[in-house]
Amino acid sequence: MNSLATPGRAFRSGLRDFAPIIAGVIPFGAIAGIAAVDAGLTIAQAIGMSVIVLAGASQLATIELLGQDAALITIVFTALVINARFVMYSASLASYARPLRPAQKATMAYLLTDQAYAFSINRFTAGPEPAGVRFAYYLGVGSTLWVVWQVSTTAGALLGAFVPESLSLDFAIPLVFIALLVPGLQDRSDGVAAVTAGFVSVVAVGLPYNLSLISAAVIGVAAGVGLARRTAA
Amino acid sequence: MTSYSPATIWILILVIGVGTFALRMSMIALLGRVEQTPPAVERILRFIRPAVLAALIAPAVVLLNGEASLLDPFNPRPLAALVATLVAWKTHNVLLTIGSGMGVLWILQVVGA
Repeated sequence: MNSLATPGRAFRSGLRDFAPIIAGVIPFGAIAGIAAVDAGLTIAQAIGMSVIVLAGASQLATIELLGQDAALITIVFTALVINARFVMYSASLASYARPLRPAQKATMAYLLTDQAYAFSINRFTAGPEPAGVRFAYYLGVGSTLWVVWQVSTTAGALLGAFVPESLSLDFAIPLVFIALLVPGLQDRSDGVAAVTAGFVSVVAVGLPYNLSLISAAVIGVAAGVGLARRTAA
Repeated sequence: MTSYSPATIWILILVIGVGTFALRMSMIALLGRVEQTPPAVERILRFIRPAVLAALIAPAVVLLNGEASLLDPFNPRPLAALVATLVAWKTHNVLLTIGSGMGVLWILQVVGA
């Protein structure tokens, strides 16, 4: 590992490491902006969501459910369930963040996304570095993503106001979810969890309060865990 | 279009934002107490993502106005989604996935109309 790493160098390293991914984040952010406006949110709200929540999949799910006038408690629950994986990331990063000041820890938490986590954990596990250098690397990845996310959401939101209804751009939301789901499937139990949940979500659509979504998630998770246990045992 | 008021939507955004921040901060704040998430919890968290994503995808693709229309020739979405899924599987590329899905949808809409 680079023993001459300074915070400045580490920050730039993070930025450089993340750069190839930028092109993949832009359409995602743009759709978050377009879909928000399409569902009836103001441009300010579309951008506000990207600033305040900073989590694409949950933003799109929220937008989709708002468009359907789902119960507010359901929307909150769905968004938080989707973001529950951040607890795992948080646990994984906790020991590296321990020496940092509270404000630095809060900043790391605010910027915690799949990408910030993936790149950082790779770097942190590669070799020892001062906590301040690690924090700088994390900022390099996280703040770059933040900027890209806000810019693309803003562009999408501004564009969305001028896009005609007939283009069915709301279909872009499930398409983004497909783009997130499919490459992330690592083994059969992931697939079983997904297929089970998908099936239940359609079959149970008659349930009130969008319970179909929650029950689909619970049953899907149970199916995945069940298969994983059986395969591991 | 949502029928919720702007104020309601702002409060919703804030609640989700604060809740998400709490999730992100959770273990970083609890440092030292829990070194790693327990394996059982980690297993459950791991499967939440594919399950929830699939539960969001399926109704949007298969249902039209709340009714199953998988084989309905007037619903081009399942086929478009299938193409997108195959593209995602082969290329792992976000842009191609979205592009192919929307492309197939538009073609089918034009042809069907």
